[in-house]
Amino acid sequence: MARTVIPFGPQHPVLPEPIHLDLVVEDEKVIEARPSIGFVHRGLEKLVEKKDFQEFVYVAERICGICSFIHGQTYCQAIESIMNVAVPPRALYLRTVWGELSRMHSHLLWMGLMADGMGFESLFMNTWRVREKVLNIVEATTGGRVIFGSCKLGGVRRDIDAEAIKQVLKDLGAIEQDIHDITKVFLNDRSVKARLCGVGVLSRQDAYDLGCVGPTLRASGVAQDMRKLGYAAFKDLDVTPITRTDGDSYARCAVRCEELFQSIQLIRQALAKIPDGEIAVKVTGHPSGEVIARTEQPRGEVVYYVRPTAPSICYASAFAPRLSPISRPC
Amino acid sequence: MPYFGMSKLAIKWALSKPPTTAYPFKERRAVPGSRGQLVFAKGKCTYCTACAKKCPTGALVVERANKKLGIDRLRCITCGYCVDICPKDAMALSTSHGVPTVTRGRESHKSD
Repeated sequence: MARTVIPFGPQHPVLPEPIHLDLVVEDEKVIEARPSIGFVHRGLEKLVEKKDFQEFVYVAERICGICSFIHGQTYCQAIESIMNVAVPPRALYLRTVWGELSRMHSHLLWMGLMADGMGFESLFMNTWRVREKVLNIVEATTGGRVIFGSCKLGGVRRDIDAEAIKQVLKDLGAIEQDIHDITKVFLNDRSVKARLCGVGVLSRQDAYDLGCVGPTLRASGVAQDMRKLGYAAFKDLDVTPITRTDGDSYARCAVRCEELFQSIQLIRQALAKIPDGEIAVKVTGHPSGEVIARTEQPRGEVVYYVRPTAPSICYASAFAPRLSPISRPC
Repeated sequence: MPYFGMSKLAIKWALSKPPTTAYPFKERRAVPGSRGQLVFAKGKCTYCTACAKKCPTGALVVERANKKLGIDRLRCITCGYCVDICPKDAMALSTSHGVPTVTRGRESHKSD
């Protein structure tokens, strides 16, 4: 059968991202996807060389608009570990709460876009309607909606008082009910299942060999979750990686659906255990040496390699989760 | 459920209050603590240049001799770093996001 190559992206209504895919299509089935990247280079590596090491937190948060907070947090963790900064426990718990809120809004965004991609507009709208409630919590507690801007070296910039915690827990209850309603559609609706079941199957070995991370890897049966490393407050919380074995699009969707509930539970656990005290310590001096920090972003593991030399960061490299499966075939 | 799950949900949400506001007839409520537009209090500023040195995007320029501060609204990312480090509390972030920008270039604030 004759094969057709359909160019997809970077300017495409369904994929507004700087990536191009050559989709090799046989009949109506995509049998191969050839990615090409490099459409955007913002030069952040060079920018960081000119900045003070404390200023780079604000730049790191802008590497990715969807997982902004965890980028800043990972960079802070890298510098804090190299400078032996003892971050106050309350700050670690607040970072955990905001990290999980970030995961929730990222997963809801992904699910909404997927619904949009398969033509299920009402599900897309309703998923983003729930996401809006998560963003409202983020704005009320951090001051930002997508760029949180609440993480800094040595702790966090804002505290959440007891009244705000009560409000967050109340809002989370309503969000949980809404998520329960939409996940029922994502996991049981006949048209969604027809689009997702058996599509894009990635075996456990392939997922591992291709360097997949996050929900994609967990949907193929590998229980890898960086939160198990126990960074921030995760050492005190009950984190169990959510896995599926099918490795298809339905499994990837199901993992994200369950992770939404997991995130709500983790936020509740963290807010129940949050200790009183300071939210930041002053960081003085200048870091030296080199360090790697790893955290679990909504879309998978992110790795920061930082090599500071006075008076600025000599080298900082962020390996974002999205690139890991793509970089191999490129 | 396999067929009518979404219909139930659509009816439920169609009968509930809309989550959107009737903008621009009704203004968006300002969330307390939201990081909006940068506000500069001219009377408090000593033009020490601390904010201009630390601004991550170079949106602030201070001329100490002329007692002049310039804010490039298109560059400002409202991170609030200048607010944190200002020793005289001359910088603040309002909860309102305001108009995106009025003029191209730097908005100038000069003391007599």
